[in-house]
Formats: sequence, C-alpha cells, structure tokens
Amino acid sequence: MDFTDLTIKSASDLLARKKISAKELAQMSLDRIKAVDQDVHAFLYVGAQKAMEAAVHADEVIAEGENFALTGIPFAAKDNILIKGVQATAASKILENYKATYDATIIRKLNQQSPVLMGKTNLDEFAMGSSTENSAFGPSKNPYDLSRVPGGSSGGSAAAVASGQVLFALGTDTGGSVRQPAAFCGIVGLKPTYGRCSRYGLISLGSSLDQIGVLSKTVGDAAMVLQQMAGQDDYDSTTLPKLVPDYTKFLKEDLKGWRVGIPKEYLIDGIDPEVMTVFNNVVKKVQELGATVSEVSLPHSSYALACYYIILPVEISANLSRFDGIRYGLSVPGKNLEEVYYNTRSQGFGPEPKRRIMIGTHASSAGYADAYYKKARHVQALIRKDFTDAFQNFDLLLTPTTPTPAFKFGEKSDPLSMYLADVFTVGLNIAGVPGISIPAGVTKAGLPVGVQLVAAHFAEEKLFLGAHALEQALNLKLKPNL
Amino acid sequence: MAISIDEVDRIAKLSRLTFNDQEKTKLQGELSSILTYVDQLKEVEGSGELSLADNPDGSNLMRNDVVEVLADPEEFLAQAPDRQGNFIKVKSVL
Repeated sequence: MDFTDLTIKSASDLLARKKISAKELAQMSLDRIKAVDQDVHAFLYVGAQKAMEAAVHADEVIAEGENFALTGIPFAAKDNILIKGVQATAASKILENYKATYDATIIRKLNQQSPVLMGKTNLDEFAMGSSTENSAFGPSKNPYDLSRVPGGSSGGSAAAVASGQVLFALGTDTGGSVRQPAAFCGIVGLKPTYGRCSRYGLISLGSSLDQIGVLSKTVGDAAMVLQQMAGQDDYDSTTLPKLVPDYTKFLKEDLKGWRVGIPKEYLIDGIDPEVMTVFNNVVKKVQELGATVSEVSLPHSSYALACYYIILPVEISANLSRFDGIRYGLSVPGKNLEEVYYNTRSQGFGPEPKRRIMIGTHASSAGYADAYYKKARHVQALIRKDFTDAFQNFDLLLTPTTPTPAFKFGEKSDPLSMYLADVFTVGLNIAGVPGISIPAGVTKAGLPVGVQLVAAHFAEEKLFLGAHALEQALNLKLKPNL
Repeated sequence: MAISIDEVDRIAKLSRLTFNDQEKTKLQGELSSILTYVDQLKEVEGSGELSLADNPDGSNLMRNDVVEVLADPEEFLAQAPDRQGNFIKVKSVL
C-alpha cells in the first residue's frame, strides 16, 4: 500500500477493517514528511511524539468499535489555528515563541473523532498573501514544480496534502486562501459559508470575512471533514443556529435538471489561455452531466477586489493592534510603554502586515472612514445582493478558481499584482457565500488548473453534489512526481 | 489617490510603526498605487444605506453572561514578558 494514494475514505475503511492501525498510518505520514518536506517545506512544526500518542489513542477507540470517519486519520492544521500546548506562529516573528493556551472550537470538534495531528503548516504571515512568500520562516514549494509557489495563504496545507504527507489539512480563507492554493496544487479546497464554522481560536485576519476551510484529495473527503466542523458555537456569535445536513448523502453522479450559471463579468481579459481551455472543457462536462448552463450577471463583480482591499486592511489594523509586546509574543524593550509598542511592532511584523496595517489605519482614520470604509461596506452589500439574486435562478455558479496556474517565486513583486491572483475568489468572501475549488485539468507544463463552484448561503450540500459529480466525470488522476 | 511623506508619517504614528526614509519612500509609492486602485469604488453611488446583517432576521445572537474557566490563568500569565505575581508588569506610560 502506498500512503500517498490514500484518501480519508480509503484509509478509514482500512482502519475499520483492521487492515492497518492508526499507529502504522501515523508512521507512514512521518516517513513521508521526512522524505519530502525538506524540499516542499509545508510544515513549520512536526509533532512526531504527540502524533504517535494520538495514534495510540485512536487505535484504542477503534478497538472499542467507537470509530468515526476521521478516527486515526493523519492531518495538519495551518499555523494560525490554536491547538493547546502547540505553537501558533501565524508565520510571524511576533509570535515565534507563542504556544496556544486553548483549543480552537473546530479542533475540539474534530478531536471528538480522534484524528491524528501531524503538525502545523506554513502560511503567508498572518494569512496575508497568495504564495507563502510572505512567511517569516521561508516559503513552501509547489509539489508539481519546486520553482513555483504553492499558492497562499494556506500554501503549506495545500502542499502537505498534494505531496501526500497527510490526508487532509485545515486552512483559512479570507479572500481565497484555501481555494487558490488548492487550485495551484491540484487538490480540493472548500470555503464554507461565513457563519457555518466557528472562528473561535483562529488568529483573526479579517473577522467579517474569515472562514476555516478544508484541503483534501477528494470532494467526499471535504464533505466528511465539514460534517464534523460545522455548526453553531456559543463562542462565535457569527455562527448561525442552522441545521447541519448529512453532506455525504448528497454525493450523486449526475446534475440532471440543475441550473449552472457562468458569471460573464469573470471571463475577463488576462485569463491564461490554458486555464480557459480547461474551463471550457469543464463547462462541456457539466452539460454532459445533464445541467443547463447559461450566462449570469454579477454586475458589481469588478469592484470586489477594491472593496476587499478596504474592508480587510481596516479589520487587520484593528485585529493586529493586540500585538503590542505586553501580554504574549515578542516584546522588544523600550524607555517607556509607547516605545515598547513601536519597537515590538516594527521588529515583529514583516513588510506585508505593516503595509496592510498602514492602509487600514489610513482608511479608518478620522476624515477618511466615510470615503473608504463606509463606501466599501455599501459596495459589499451590493455584491452580496448580486449573488443572492443570481441564486434565485441558479443552483450553482461556475468560474475558474484563478486567472493563471501557479506562478514562479518572485514573479509578482509589486503588492497589487499579487492581490489580483485572488480576483475570482474574493467576491465569495465579500458576499459570505460558500465555494469549492476542484482540480479540473493540467497545463502542457503539467501544472494543475482548478475550477470553482459557488452556492448560495448555507447550501454546501449543493457544492458537494456538483463538485462530486464533476470530479467523477473528469476522473483526473493527479499526483506530483516527488 | 497619491499620498505625501507627511501622510505616511501620520499613519505610521497612528499604527505605532517606525520606518526609515527609504522604507517611507517605498511605502509612499505602494500605498498610493493601492489607494488609487480602490478609488474606483467612488464610481458606485450611495454609502452605508444597505443592511449587512448576517442573520436573516437581523437579530444578534447572545450567550448567557456566565463566568467559565477556559484555561488555567497561570498558562496565560506564563506567556507575558514581565510579571509580578498575578499581574502583567508594564513600563511607565510617561
């Protein structure tokens, strides 16, 4: 058996049939990490001993016959998600020596099924970026081409799953940070509806946009993880008391009678021709599966990125004000209290957090807040209405996930060109709707290309149904040569 | 919208960040290009009139205000750079 070929579902079946133990699976994961991660650099921390302890516990659970879908499954979490007693650096020098004092709600919920945490994965500092080049601890590499980025900000999580080091990973998605790296690394990336999963215990980036998401090898695997993560949490008042359906029941093989919309504003100039070829092939497949495909208009789409680059930095400037060298994390001495703030923040934050704190502070400062922040919130409401209007007539929307395949390190040196890598994904965060990226093809150079499916608020089951049917029809067998 | 070096200084002070002259010049260019890009929002009419409530009925979700012990206070205090007993010690304000 090759560990890199396993999915959550196949590994779970093997565990249930006692063909393998959780301890053996954890050891296979550790062996794979040892073999490839010096090249890929997906992990910022590998907890071998804790993983083996968790695996022993999982084997006990299985022996008692109390196992669930995720019992004994090796996984990784992005290093901005809190796990008690484990580092949570957010890939920033300012939190280099910080250890979490409590579990995030989603970790607590996952632990009810006894999965096995292998370690914490790399990201752009505080999840600000689209390539992991903004990590204070060095970038992760794309398993399909080590000279290219894995995407970001959940690039470590995507690279870890794509290179077969773990069977799934948790990421966070504020503007595309799960879906874009999933597309670049040839795997599945799910961003749930805003309010579907608790953000308690996530290091906040943009609190009104952040969602924790799943990176996995198959759509069915993502459904199994969301099943366990989703639901209302008293510690996050933005989670809604909505029923969590049995997502795995919605995995069908056809799309008969479904209405799929293609947002015409998304098919702009500047999309790589090879991405367009893959996308057009997917449109054909969707029609073959029985769906009717037609154009839909999301009139305010072109403003989504501008809207995002006001709302997000304003929330960043507020959220990152807590890092002041007083209670935890880096503390650089100074003559007085104010100098401690200046010294700690100036030495602790990297260039991108500083840039975004500056933009957000400006856009929310006296005399500018109306022109920028209030205006952006207004446009946000219009963008959200575009989506809710579209879902009156459509079950799903279909777009490319990214305008290009994975780019080379250093290729996008000015901040604005990097921001444009998220042009198809940010609209969903602005509107709060869920989306999933699935592998849809490869370029001539062998780089994965993804497509994104979008559903109405809290209609993740439609995402899973559509994405699963498409995944089966495309029948891609993507695997990097590592 | 282009911004001046004086504006960069004003925002840096509000942000509690320090920059050298070279960094300030670079930031001036980067912030100006980002702010010029977001200026396109001005094409959209209206400001702040539309509801953004996430909950369809617009109500807030509250939990009961009950004290819970989520972790040992010692674990939190152990992360502080300087402490005195159960207090976090800070530099004088002035």
